Amino acid sequence: MSLYAVQKFLYQLNRTPDLQGRYRVDRTGAVAGFDRADDLTVDEVDALVAPDIGYLFHLGVNGQILMHFAALHGIEWADYLQQMRDGIATHGPVREGVYAMIGYDGVDAHRGQPDFLAGSDGACNAGSDASGTETGS
Amino acid sequence: MQALTLPALRRGPDVPLVYAGVCSHAPGITGRADQAEPGVRAAFVEALDGMRTAIEASGADAILVVAAEHFANFFMDNMPPFAMGMADHYDGPIEDPDWLGIPKFRAPGDRDLSRRLVSEVMQTVDVAYAEEWLFDHGIAVPLSFLTPRFDLPVVPVNVNCQGPPLTPLHRAWAFGEALRRAADAVPEHIALVGTGGISHWPATPDSGKINEPWDRDFLDRWCRNDRDALLDYDDLEVYADAGQGGFEIRTFLTVSAAAAGAPGTVHFYAPIPIFAVGCTVADYSMA
Repeated sequence: MSLYAVQKFLYQLNRTPDLQGRYRVDRTGAVAGFDRADDLTVDEVDALVAPDIGYLFHLGVNGQILMHFAALHGIEWADYLQQMRDGIATHGPVREGVYAMIGYDGVDAHRGQPDFLAGSDGACNAGSDASGTETGS
Repeated sequence: MQALTLPALRRGPDVPLVYAGVCSHAPGITGRADQAEPGVRAAFVEALDGMRTAIEASGADAILVVAAEHFANFFMDNMPPFAMGMADHYDGPIEDPDWLGIPKFRAPGDRDLSRRLVSEVMQTVDVAYAEEWLFDHGIAVPLSFLTPRFDLPVVPVNVNCQGPPLTPLHRAWAFGEALRRAADAVPEHIALVGTGGISHWPATPDSGKINEPWDRDFLDRWCRNDRDALLDYDDLEVYADAGQGGFEIRTFLTVSAAAAGAPGTVHFYAPIPIFAVGCTVADYSMA
């Protein structure tokens, strides 16, 4: 997976009206035309095309990027929040990025990972895939 | 060969910074305005209007807005710790106008003023400059209240509060001192407004969560303009206690440093969950 690439596509989409126009007409084509498309997994492409807000949040997409993507799709605020909650319930804690620090379960869960702010692209790599426990309360 | 010389930084008598304040910038303030409790929202808007009046009364020729940019212009492919705009105009909002509740606008800039300010800031802080800058809610929401006709030249300023590694707090303080020195070195009257935080979990499932005691403690430190107390935060603890939105205290303490010890006053503070932040209006006494 490439959280960096997923977020970069959304960053470009959020700030580029021409790309938004192409995405509205042909979502798959717009994603395929992204210059880092080769870094995206099939699941990531599917989530960007669907769109699957919950899965993207689970992957670690920053809400400041994700909320504009939801708005582009006309998803109301309350629905946007619920889709993120559903994504966590379905797929598990946030896997990477700034939110993986605590996974919304409390500071005690990440006390053992002081290096979260050292990574680029918000990559705290809390390692939920590895341990599966650190974001639990 | 003729030596390359920079234009003189000073064009006339020094004019000190004429205004320094902070306010919230959450997109819900305008985008979900009708969903807040009317009385609380009205009081908040009244306080913002008071800030607008104070800036106008200061005789400001330009407004420096220190905001926590939200991936509208800067991404992790090239993330500066500090950046300042250097253009003659800026367009916004980057967000859908209906979603944000702010129509598309073009705000005036002042490229020459920016160049002089950036040149002075660079004497002590390695600030990036940008001749293109799309305003997101971090600047658009405050401007919609403070310069509603978008008729006051703006210099956008960013401190990286979003993409770790974040700008260290003590560097944000040094940046604020550099902004003050730069503002004092130009003949134009400069107003400085920081926007952001305080505690909040914006755009996440915890949106609407606000740690009011934490906010009030921070504002106490801010009003005392207590450098040691304002720098006595750890990002891990800030995240735990104040959410990722708490990282935006960098913009507030940049203004504190620029105010150079002046005492502050909180004109309004109230948690407004549908706005996803403890809404704040505060300023320093610069007289």
